[in-house]
This record gives sequence, C-alpha cells and structure tokens, in this order.
Amino acid sequence: MKTRDVAALEQTAQRGRWLVLSTVAASKAGHIGGPLSAMDMLVALYFGELNIDPESPGNPGRDRFVLSKGHNAIGLYSVLAMRGYFPETELQTFDKGNSRLQGHPDMLRTPGVDMSAGSLGQGLSAAAGIALAAKLRHRSFHTWVMLGDGECQEGMVWETVVSAPRYGLDNLTAIIDVNGLQQYGWPKGDSDRFDRSEPLGHIDLEAVFKGFGWSVITIDGGDFTDIFRGIDAAKASQGRSGKPSVILSHTIKGAGISFTAGQHKWHNGVATPAQLETAAHELNQPYLRSA
Amino acid sequence: MASMRDAWAATLISLANDDDRVVVLDGDLASSTKAALFADAYPDRFIEVGIAEQNIVGMAAGLTTLGFHPWLSSFGVFFSQRALDQVRMLVSQTKASVKIGASYAGLLNGSSGKTHQDIEDLAVMRAMPNMTVLVPADATETGAAVRWAADSDGPVYLRLARDSEQDVFDGTYDFRIGEPRLVRSGDDVTLISTGIQTARVLAAAELLRDRGCDATVIHLATLKPLDEAALLALLGGETHVFTVEEHSVIGGLGGLVSELVASRLPGTRVTRIGLADSWSESAPNDFLLEKYGLSPKRVAEQVLAAARVPGPPLVARYERGLFDPDAALQATASRSIGNSGLPRMRP
Repeated sequence: MKTRDVAALEQTAQRGRWLVLSTVAASKAGHIGGPLSAMDMLVALYFGELNIDPESPGNPGRDRFVLSKGHNAIGLYSVLAMRGYFPETELQTFDKGNSRLQGHPDMLRTPGVDMSAGSLGQGLSAAAGIALAAKLRHRSFHTWVMLGDGECQEGMVWETVVSAPRYGLDNLTAIIDVNGLQQYGWPKGDSDRFDRSEPLGHIDLEAVFKGFGWSVITIDGGDFTDIFRGIDAAKASQGRSGKPSVILSHTIKGAGISFTAGQHKWHNGVATPAQLETAAHELNQPYLRSA
Repeated sequence: MASMRDAWAATLISLANDDDRVVVLDGDLASSTKAALFADAYPDRFIEVGIAEQNIVGMAAGLTTLGFHPWLSSFGVFFSQRALDQVRMLVSQTKASVKIGASYAGLLNGSSGKTHQDIEDLAVMRAMPNMTVLVPADATETGAAVRWAADSDGPVYLRLARDSEQDVFDGTYDFRIGEPRLVRSGDDVTLISTGIQTARVLAAAELLRDRGCDATVIHLATLKPLDEAALLALLGGETHVFTVEEHSVIGGLGGLVSELVASRLPGTRVTRIGLADSWSESAPNDFLLEKYGLSPKRVAEQVLAAARVPGPPLVARYERGLFDPDAALQATASRSIGNSGLPRMRP
C-alpha cells in the first residue's frame, strides 16, 4: 500500500485539499489554511512512510502520529479517510453532532487518531511520552508529531524541547509546519512572506533546536522529494543519534488553492460556491455547482 | 504516625516489583514528595522531568498509551492549577491512567504560604469528567488508596498532606472506592470530613463531648465517585449536617454534600466549615489551623455556634491559656516567627 510515487502522491494531496475545503464548506465552519499547508506532509507520512494498518488501527507495533496542532483535524481526517480508516462519505458528518469526527482530534472516538489534541502546545509532550514508553517497552516504532509555527509560541512546547534530549529519544521526530501565518498575529514586516508577520518572526529555528540538542532537518514541505529526504534523515537517526529530530518544514499557509494561499484570513473560512468551483478546477476535482 | 508521603512512596516501591506499569515522573520535588525513595529503589522507572509540570502531565498521558500507569510527583497545586489544562485535555478527556500524586495539598505545606497552598483542588478535580478523587486520612489509608489506584484504569487525583496527624485507621483497614466511612458515632450532631482533616474532626468531637454534644463523624476518602446512597443512609433523618475540610468552602466536600442534600434531603441544613473565600499566608501549621478555623477547637466552636448549643466559650484542656492567634499575629510584627515561638496544640 505504501508508495513514494510523487505523481500519485500529488494527486492524493490534491484530493485531500479538496476534501478539506468542501467538507468545511458543507459544515459551514472550520479551518482551512493549516490543513492545506500540512497536507503534503500528511500524505507523505500516511501513504509513503508510516507502518500502519487501517484494518487494525490499534496495532501495538504501529508507528504513531500526533497532530499537535489539533485545529487541523479536518486535514488529518481527510487523509485518514483516503487511507481507508473510514469512508470518505463520513467526512460529511464532521462537526455535525454524534460524529466520530470532532472539531479537534479525539483518540477515544476516531480510528487512527493516536492522541487527542486541541489545546495548543501539548502534543509534543505527549509524543515524547509515547517515544519514552516505546524505549522502556523495547518497541521499535517511530513517533511523529506535527506542530504549527504559531503553536511554538506556547510555553509548554519548550518544556519538552528542553527535556526530550535527556531521554535519548531518537525514535521521536517533531515536524514543524512553518507555514508563515497564524490566525491573526502581528502586522506584516518587510521581510515577511505573506500578509501578516511570520509567527516566530525571524528566529533562527535551526540554531535554536541544535542548541537544545536536537537533530535538525530543514525541508521544502511542498515538495514530496524533499519531504521524503527529511523523513528518511529523521528515521535514519533512530537507534543511532541518541537525539530527537525536528523537521523544519517550510510551507505556505493555505497552499494549493489560489485564493487561500498566503492569506491569513483563510486560517478558517467557508468557501462560496464560486470559490469551490475555482478550487475544484485548480485541484482537478469534479464539482457540480448546485443551482 | 507515618506520613502520607512516606506511605505513598513505600507503597509504590512495594507494588513496582510485581507491576511493571508503575513508573514515577517527578517535577524536581522528589526529595519533598518522597519520590526520591522510589528513585533509589527503581532508578530505571523514575523519570525526572524537571520543573515543567505541563510536560510531566503530557508525557504521562503519552506513557499510558503503551500501558503504563504513571504516578506524578509534585506539589498538588502545580497539577490542579498550573497544569490544569493538560490534566483536562490529556488526562480527563482521554481517560488516561495517569495517577496524580498531589503532595503538600491543602493549607499546611511547611510554611510556604499561599503560592503553594492547594486549597481549591477538590473543587477543580471534582468537576473533571472521568476523574477519581481520593482524599485519604492517614498513612494507612494512603497505602490502601495507592494500591487501589495503581490497579485501576483511568485518571486518579490523590490528595496527600505533608504532615501527619493522629492515625485514624489501623492495619485492618480495607479501602473500598466510593465508600463513606463512619469513624465515630454520636447522637447529637453529624460531621462529615475528608482527608487529613478527619483526624482533627475526631479531636473536635472529643471537645464537643465535653460540652455534652455527642458527634457522629463520617469520613469520605473518595469524593468521586461517591456512593451517594450509602452516605444518605448514614445521614438518616439528620436535619443539620456539618462538613469540615482543609479546602475552600467552595466546591469541595461542602459543595459535594450541599449538592446531594439539596436534591435528596430537602429540609436538611448544611453548614460548611473550611477555608473562607480568601487568601491565606505563611505560618506554622498550628497557627494556620487556629487562624483559619480548622483546629479541633475552632471546628468545635463553629459547630457549637451553628448548632446553637448554649454555654461559655470553649477552651480545650490542652491549650488553656496558651495560644491566642490574634496576639500571635501581633507578635510577628516585632519578631520573626518560627515554630519555636508557638506552642504545639495536639491533644
């Protein structure tokens, strides 16, 4: 089932972006920009890397994935659906009540969700606990956790950044989706990429994480070849480096759709029928505009 | 009189040999909480997380996903307040088997004062879905509660006092989750207590007896889940019930009993004895108990006043003429206060 065929994965990511935009449009509320910036990495992990079995989501030997930036849940659900954890049609229940698909990930409800999230800054810590448990139990799986760049403003993130190297967690990889925007943040400065300030300003994250004792890999998170270079480098350090890894994944918030890309107001939003038509065309998806 | 924290650590050490789910995560307070004893016995299963309580809770939640039942070591206030969001989202919501060892809970914390006083925790933890809230009275009950909690699935908040009082239970004690326990029978008033305060309530009952007021004392080691039917049966037709707790009068034991009585015993009055809705201070234990109304004498006074028992002001045999909290407070203005400056008041 795993594939690293770039053309196929790009098609899958386009489908995933469409599922995000159309599902949120149907539910009349939800997040867009983050799920879209994270989509290529999510597709790369779920289709090209993770040792998982949708038929057996609780398999104790599976790789773990924690979506710390839990408000990107619809992005994760779209990928889980395409990967076969539940039917794509179930996405229509998102946020509708009595649904397995909550606004933020709920590990007790949704097959394939390894940790609940939603209050920002907590997932890295939980993932460190999972990775530590794996060491104590002599299990060889890898634990991946995705954070937002805005999320790194939460102090709790840094409690874990400081402490994780002490435990030799080379079976842990943090992915920071550096998509360049947060919900509101600060006004745009001269060197900012998009219409508001970069969430972390221009902090040298490579130097910061190296200073804290992490292995650092910087990639273009919109390029599957580069994504797999980063994934493989992180995996290669397991059992060798004695250090946790961080992938600084540079992306574009709202990536893949012309009117959402780099627009902070598309942190969340509901596409109009005309916008859905535009997006469907750009993403090569069938869309019948209702009368 | 062993301390609760010693009993906590000793019980975990005794359990760890046969239960590989037991690990301890510490927030740099192991020498205070006694988790250091566990660290000495099981260094590979002791995880120092440092001064980072949010991270302790998060890592513990992660550890539970592979079957561990991690025990957390810090002062209670740092879990019930500082790491509250983590407890709410990662433990309560997920039903994770995280066992919170809330040490130095309550008013008495070695004179550290209000920053470290964990006196709203029972209100907070009671309100958490899926949370079991255990409040043992002494070392014996602590050991039994730890054994129960270690084997249970789901979150547990275990409230532990720093210092010991008179033992309430002996070695024959058998912990049963949710069970209210009759620890003294009397015909005149009914007092409900929890945690370390139960020992002081039993002492208060002896003072009350001297005044011809014979008290029933019910101890709740479990605030949640509570066997409400059993408590109602113990209350019988009582028309006036007192709650006494080393905790704010808002939302803890008093809140619990008031909620129950309001819905199930209409017409019964509840008088809540505990910490007023205000801040406390740094001081020796006896000073704090006296000033803030939790010493045996002060509890007895409040019961007599609320129950309208006639008679002269209460003076306990053991403290006659020895201690005046207001005078002691005045004295602190002119000299530094220390344990030696105040008389011990234990019966």
